[in-house]
Amino acid sequence: MYRYDEFDINFVNARVDQFRDQISRRLNGDLTEEQFKPLRLMNGLYLQLHAYMLRVAIPYGTLSSRQMRQLAFIAERFDKDYGHFTTRQNIQFNWPKLEDMADILTHLADVEMHAIQTSGNCIRNVTADHWAGVAADEVEDPRPYAELLRQWSSVHPEFTFLPRKFKIAVTGAPNDRAAVAFHDIGLKVKENEDGEAGFEVLAGGGMGRTPVVGVTIRDWLRKKDLLAYVEAIMRVYNLHGRRDNKYKARIKILVMDLGADEFRRQVDEEFAKIDAPEVLLPEEEIQRISAYFAPPDCEKLDDNDSTLDGHLKENTAFRLWHDTNIATHKIPGYAIVNISLKPIGGIPGDANSAQMRIVAELAERYNHDEIRVNYEQNLVLPYVRKSDLFQVWQELVDAELATDNLGLVTDIICCPGLDYCALATARSIPIAQEISNHFSDAGKQREIGDLKIKISGCINACGHHHAGHIGILGLEKRGQEYYQITLGGSGDENAAIGAIVGPGFSYAEVVPAVDKIVDTYMDLREEGETFLEAYRRVGAAPFKEALYAAH
Amino acid sequence: MAKKSEAAKVVTANRLGDGLVVFLGQEGVWVEDIGKAEIAHANGDADALLQQGLNAEKANHVVEPYLIDVGDDEAAVTPLHIRERIRTLGPSVRLDLGKQAGEHLF
Repeated sequence: MYRYDEFDINFVNARVDQFRDQISRRLNGDLTEEQFKPLRLMNGLYLQLHAYMLRVAIPYGTLSSRQMRQLAFIAERFDKDYGHFTTRQNIQFNWPKLEDMADILTHLADVEMHAIQTSGNCIRNVTADHWAGVAADEVEDPRPYAELLRQWSSVHPEFTFLPRKFKIAVTGAPNDRAAVAFHDIGLKVKENEDGEAGFEVLAGGGMGRTPVVGVTIRDWLRKKDLLAYVEAIMRVYNLHGRRDNKYKARIKILVMDLGADEFRRQVDEEFAKIDAPEVLLPEEEIQRISAYFAPPDCEKLDDNDSTLDGHLKENTAFRLWHDTNIATHKIPGYAIVNISLKPIGGIPGDANSAQMRIVAELAERYNHDEIRVNYEQNLVLPYVRKSDLFQVWQELVDAELATDNLGLVTDIICCPGLDYCALATARSIPIAQEISNHFSDAGKQREIGDLKIKISGCINACGHHHAGHIGILGLEKRGQEYYQITLGGSGDENAAIGAIVGPGFSYAEVVPAVDKIVDTYMDLREEGETFLEAYRRVGAAPFKEALYAAH
Repeated sequence: MAKKSEAAKVVTANRLGDGLVVFLGQEGVWVEDIGKAEIAHANGDADALLQQGLNAEKANHVVEPYLIDVGDDEAAVTPLHIRERIRTLGPSVRLDLGKQAGEHLF
C-alpha cells in the first residue's frame, strides 16, 4: 500500500489546520455561508437533507485495517455509528457536526486519509479495479498509476477550477470492473504488439443527465507519457469546456460537440507542445510508486486445498457463499473474498462500526492487512488463503456480512436518494430494499443468474442506473415519486447505456414491474443465457409487452 | 391570472453548528419540532416570516432558510411535500434516526 511521505503528511496536516481556521471563522460569523460553501466543498463537506455530510476519499478503493478502524471510530464517536460506502470508492458520514469537523479531519489525517477533492470542480478521487493486483485476468496492477495521478492532480493549480467535476478511473485488466467507459477519462493498461504495457485512453464518458460511453482517443500510450497526455486532455477541456452552462460543462459534451477525431487532434496538438513528457513522469518515479504496491509475501501453496474441499462438501451455506462471493486469485492457493454490503432487505453500502472493525480484524489476521472498497458498494479481502476461507466465512456470518449474493439480483447499487440527499427527487433505498426482499430466496436468485440492478434517486445518476442491466431512476411527477425503468445498460468492457422501456411507474408499481421483467427474461432465455445477453438478442419488445400490454 | 389558494407555511433551515433541521418558532427562536413552528396563513405573513429567517442566516444562526407548505390540521403540522416530510422526520429507511418517533408516514 502507498504510505504518506513527509510531504504528504505536512500537506494534509496543513489543510486540516487551514480548514480548522475557516470553520472557526464561519462559526463566529466572520465568514458567510456564501463565502464558506466553496471552502467546505473543497474539503468534502456538503450540507444535505438532514445534516452536514462528509465524503472521505478512499483512493483507488484501498484501505488498511488501521484506516478501517479509524473510520469505525469516527462513525461511532462523531456520527450515528455507521458509514455509507459510495459508488466512487468513497465513504460518507451522514450526520457529522460542523463543530466537530476539524477534529474528524485530524483523526483522518492521523491514518493518512482526507476528504480533499471529493467535491467541487476539480479532479476527484481516482478510482480503480477493486481486484487490482490480484485478479487472474490482469495485465498489471493499475494502482501505481492511480496514485501517480492522485499526486499529480492534488491541488494542481491549473486544474482546481475546471468547468465541472472530473473523474478518472483506471483498470489493469481486459474485463473492466472499474466502469472506465463511464468516466471523464478512463485508462486501461494493455500491451502493444511488442508486449510492452501501456494505456488505452478513453475520454468523454459519463452518466448524469446525458449518459455517454467514452471513446478511445489513444489506442496505446507509453507509460511515461501518462501524465503529459492526461494534462493535454485537461488543457483542451479546461479551455473549451462549457463554463456558461452547468449542464453542458462536462468533458463528454465537449467531446460530442467536437467529435472524437477533432478532440483527439486537439489533444495531440497540445500533447506535442509538452516538452519532454518524461520529465513529468520519470521511470524512477513509476518504479518508486510501484514499489508501494508490491504484492505481500504470499506463501507457495498448492492451488487445491483438501480442507476447503471438505468444508464445501459438508456445508451447503458455505458452498453457496463460496460459489458467489469468491473470485479467482492470480496466486495459487489464494482466493479473493468479496464481502457483500447488500444484506437481504438492507441498505446497500451501509456498514456499522462493529462491522467495519470485524472487517479490519479479518484483514489483519488473514489478509495481509489490506481491504478494498468497490464501486458496487461492497468490500473485498484480496489475499485470503484458501485454507482460511471457512474460518473467515464463519466470522463474517457472525457479523452479518456473509450475504451470498455477489453479482445476483439482490446485489443492488443504490444512491442515498431522497432519504438523505438534497438533490434527490425520489427515494431509492426503499426500492432497493423491496426488490431485495422480493428476490430473497437464494435458489431463485441463482436461477435468475447474473443481473445488475442499479437505482438512482435523481437524474445525476450516482446509482449508475444508466449502466444497470435493469436501471431504475427516481423522479418526481406532480409531487409524487415515480420511477423510470431502463433495460440493457452495462458498465463493463462492453459498456452500454440502458434504454427507457416505456412510461414510468409509481412507487408501488416498481417491484411488480421488475418482477415482470425478470419473469419475461426467464421465459425467453436460451440455455445459459444471462439477462443482458438475452436482452441484447431479443431487444425491448417482449419486456414492453409484459409491462404495458395489459394496461 | 387567478391566484392559487395558498397553503399554510413555515420557515425551515439547517442549524449552522450541527447542521440539523430546524424551524422558525415564535419570537424568532429556532426549534427542532415542527409542531412548535410559527405558521403563516397569508402571503404577507409568509414573506415576513421568511425575512426573519433570512435575518437569522445573516446573523449566522442557520443556513439556507426557505418556506415550505404545510398541512395544519388539529392533530399535527405536516409538510405537504415528501422531501420536507423526510427532512422533518428523518430517513424513511432508518426509523431509529432523525426526529421521527417511530411512526412511518408513507
